[in-house]
Amino acid sequence: MQLDTNYLQTTGRIFDIQKFSIHDGPGIRTIVFLKGCAFRCRWCCNPESQRYEIHPMRVEGKEKTIGKDVTVQEVMEEVLKDLPHYRRSGGGMTLSGGECLLQPQFASDLLFAAKQAGINTAIESTAFADFSMIEEKILPHLDWFLMDVKHMNPNKHKLFIGKSNEKVLENARKIAATGQKLIIRVPVVPTFNDTEAEILEIARFARSLQGVDSLHLLPYHRLGQDKYAGLSREYLLEDIEPPTNEHMQQLLEVAKTTGLHVQIGG
Amino acid sequence: MAQFYDGDIEKSPRIPRLIEHLYAKLPVIEADRAVIVTESYKETEGEPVITRRAKAFQKICQELPIIIRPEELIVGSNSQAPRGCQVFPEYSFEWLEAEFDTVEERSADPFYIAEDTKKKLHEAYKYWKGKTTSELATSYMAKETLTAIEHNMFTTGNYFYNGIGHFCVQYDKVLKIGYEGIMAEAEEELQKHDVSEADYAKRSHFLNAVIMCCKAAIHYAQRYAMLALKEAEACQDDQRKLELLKIAEICAKVPGKPAETFYEACQSFWFVQMLIQTESSGHSISPGRFDQYMYPYYKKDMEEGRITREYAQELIDCIWVKLNDLNKVRDAASAEGFAGYSLFQNLIVGGQSEEGLDVTNDLSCMCLEASMHVMLPAPSLSIRVWNGTPDALLIKAAKLTRTGIGLPAYYNDEVIIPSMMSRGVTLEHARSYAIIGCVEPQMPGMTDGWHDAAFFNMCRPLEMVFSNGLENGVQVGLRTGEVENMKTFDEFYDAYKEQMKYFIKLMVNSDNAIDTAHRERCPLPFQSCMIDDCIKRGKTIQEGGAVYNFTGPQGFGIANMTDSLYAIKKLVFEEKKVTMAEFKQALKMNFGKGLSKEMCQELTTEIARSLAAAGREVGEKEIEAIYHTVKYDSVSKADQQKYDKLLEMINAVDKYGNDIPEVDAFARDVAYTYTRPLESFSNPRGGQYQAGLYPVSANVPLGAQTGATPDGRLANTPIADGVGPVAGKDILGPTATANSVSKLDHGIASNGTLFNQKFHPSALSGMEGLQKFVALIRAFFDQKGMHMQFNVVSRETLLDAQAHPEKYKGLVVRVAGYSALFTTLSKSLQDDIINRTTQGF
Repeated sequence: MQLDTNYLQTTGRIFDIQKFSIHDGPGIRTIVFLKGCAFRCRWCCNPESQRYEIHPMRVEGKEKTIGKDVTVQEVMEEVLKDLPHYRRSGGGMTLSGGECLLQPQFASDLLFAAKQAGINTAIESTAFADFSMIEEKILPHLDWFLMDVKHMNPNKHKLFIGKSNEKVLENARKIAATGQKLIIRVPVVPTFNDTEAEILEIARFARSLQGVDSLHLLPYHRLGQDKYAGLSREYLLEDIEPPTNEHMQQLLEVAKTTGLHVQIGG
Repeated sequence: MAQFYDGDIEKSPRIPRLIEHLYAKLPVIEADRAVIVTESYKETEGEPVITRRAKAFQKICQELPIIIRPEELIVGSNSQAPRGCQVFPEYSFEWLEAEFDTVEERSADPFYIAEDTKKKLHEAYKYWKGKTTSELATSYMAKETLTAIEHNMFTTGNYFYNGIGHFCVQYDKVLKIGYEGIMAEAEEELQKHDVSEADYAKRSHFLNAVIMCCKAAIHYAQRYAMLALKEAEACQDDQRKLELLKIAEICAKVPGKPAETFYEACQSFWFVQMLIQTESSGHSISPGRFDQYMYPYYKKDMEEGRITREYAQELIDCIWVKLNDLNKVRDAASAEGFAGYSLFQNLIVGGQSEEGLDVTNDLSCMCLEASMHVMLPAPSLSIRVWNGTPDALLIKAAKLTRTGIGLPAYYNDEVIIPSMMSRGVTLEHARSYAIIGCVEPQMPGMTDGWHDAAFFNMCRPLEMVFSNGLENGVQVGLRTGEVENMKTFDEFYDAYKEQMKYFIKLMVNSDNAIDTAHRERCPLPFQSCMIDDCIKRGKTIQEGGAVYNFTGPQGFGIANMTDSLYAIKKLVFEEKKVTMAEFKQALKMNFGKGLSKEMCQELTTEIARSLAAAGREVGEKEIEAIYHTVKYDSVSKADQQKYDKLLEMINAVDKYGNDIPEVDAFARDVAYTYTRPLESFSNPRGGQYQAGLYPVSANVPLGAQTGATPDGRLANTPIADGVGPVAGKDILGPTATANSVSKLDHGIASNGTLFNQKFHPSALSGMEGLQKFVALIRAFFDQKGMHMQFNVVSRETLLDAQAHPEKYKGLVVRVAGYSALFTTLSKSLQDDIINRTTQGF
């Protein structure tokens, strides 16, 4: 139990706050995007989130500074402006990134502050962090864990993402074992994981976890493509087309055979 | 479990056929009514005006050609051609005569007019010179008022050119006791009074006029009974023959006698609705709480097995189609302001009883279903929302919203009821409110609200501050001092408030002049017999016969004025980044983005005057030279850079619509500059003025008459619509926008506020999307927002519709307090709708 309000002064680094998010967790939500990520997914639609450093990016021809250091209090002032909407919809705050678990104290204090305000909390995360930290700092203040599981094959995972998947899968098992409510989310990326066999394997894994409520299949999109140019980086998936609706529907049917609740989109 | 049926109901195949027939051709202007009224007036010269009005109505009911359209179940049309319209020369006529040759080609609401019709109207018009309400109104206005109108400070054109309308009559009373019952009431009232009473002459003439009108309405229905009978005899199709016989039977009975079945109630309702719109050209004749007064008939028929739900739905659908059959031709300028052939017949479902209990029933949902079936702009469907509104009703409403038709509009009982009470309405009456026209709350059957009494452009008084009240060499506004000399923001803001008060005063003068003209020249006995307490008081509503009397002119431009005044406050007075002189110059030069002809003329006049004042001789030649310089000498590069830099600075200042407490608090105060002064004025009917905050669609044409504003808005571009932010300036999504808008004091704007939001269809997908959408509305209302309406259509769709109108004939969008067919709107209004910020990703 934290009795003082020092946690409100904890600082962290974010790069955006997005309101009226209706596809990432229950109700109407505000997403706080924390800066810095351990992964380098080739399809990442927020490439400006990856580095922890504050840096410039060209947006519509203008230089924009990406990243800002803020206190928990400052973030909460913004987040709680939508309190009436959370109340009516059962929504709240979602931490996303980057990888929010790379700023454990900041993430923890934000979630704590949100619970103090009586709103729903969620994180969108790869779970690529030390489990004991997650268990101690995050889970006590968390309603929904939206966890990315991108591939079951460690080599392919490493090739497309830069890191192997062992820690992700191990943490998924451990987090599930605590009874935490979990949603497994899979970005469906052609040439990476969009075959029926690959999706089925992920779905089976998700099914084996206690506490997993549902599986979300998120079709790859190219909305982040322009940002790569803005960051003077090469977009490696130039030739890849987003999966068709029909194909997504097929994958949905396959994943459903595990008995999980599956949906397309968040 | 819901106590009402909220499921889908199958659409009768009849409905699409009725609609197809209705929209097959361009609407037509017809001369019959104008000719009949003119003849009647010639016959009644010298008689009391109320008697003349009654006799004219009687003659219309006897002689106006009648028609039953193919397959109709509900009959009664005031024009031969589908969606045709009649003309009302007693209010005004000159504009139509002047527009005879352009009305077919104009971009907003074109009408076909035959050469023969032109001839007949031209003939009839000869009688009316000097006899109309508009001419009398003009003669009642003060000189400075006329100057202000000439300079587009506000427009009272709506009631200047037309009847007043804007009420909800006692449909329930006609259904219950019929016009025979109302006649009996009038007779009884006549008996009660002695000929020696001081006001007996007026009272008795009014009551006799009421009796005459009731008889005329009954006669009109009888004509339909006869026509149906005749058509039945000739009909080869057995099914249709039976339908026609049924129609004959019903029209012989209602609206003269009480309705006993749901079908009779529907037909009786329809005669009331259409006949009101032949007596006067006033629009916004709003059916109000249709789901309430129709329910007893539906319930009884259902309980006694006389009707199926599907059949009841078909009848409602037929009424919905008929509401789109009525039409009205307006002058070209008004047509821009009320674009979309709309008559604003507002019909509202849900809400509370007089005792404060939720009243949602089967019909509430079936009204929503009907709009889904017909997908037409009328009725302007509305829904009352309060803490006790069942979610099932709101989900059903959200499904209708999702179709993109812009219906229904959502209203907040929790704001409107106390707001009405603050205007002297009793708790019970306030709980029974309905919405009139676009967004105006009213107590049905007992109010003459005079809503929509004017458009007041809040940007223009700010222009007057910058010009010290001068325009084109004419002193239009007050001399509030040269802006360059103002030392503090408060001094500047006070000058704005002074100009606001001055023009509000002149607008009141104009409205009261028009009010008086209507009372003297066009009292309306038929409408008055269905509004309490006219019969008891022995007065028409135009003379103050209604229980509640208001005048409600609407101000608009809050967002532009908030951002403008806030930018001046920040940039000039706090941060001192730019001087007032620089600001003034930039506005005058439209930030270097080009000048319209009017602006060039204005600048030329100004320069010529200052030269003359300095002792220089300025002749025609010099003026021409100055004009040439102003028009063609482009802004210097250095100046252009200065203007661009200023625009950049303005852009960087916080804007209304982003949930920023300081800006939103400021917006609240800016709205008070209009809403507060207005409350202190009275109208000739003994009622109070109350403000509305919405522009209908006038933000586009009136924006075209407005110079550049300090928020960076360029000259002649649209002004922000409703109480929402400037298009494109709200960048944090719908919750932030809604939170900002809720910070205004909606309660004081008891004539209504209007908040548009535009959503991408994806935001409402699935049951979860609908639930979140409903949550957004509830959350806005929790924060005391008053009204909310939505366009749910993608930008791509609208752009495509603009490029290929032929593919989108049926595309209905929300314009302002109403919906309209997108392709019938003028290009500039279409652009305005496309440019409203789209929410939801």
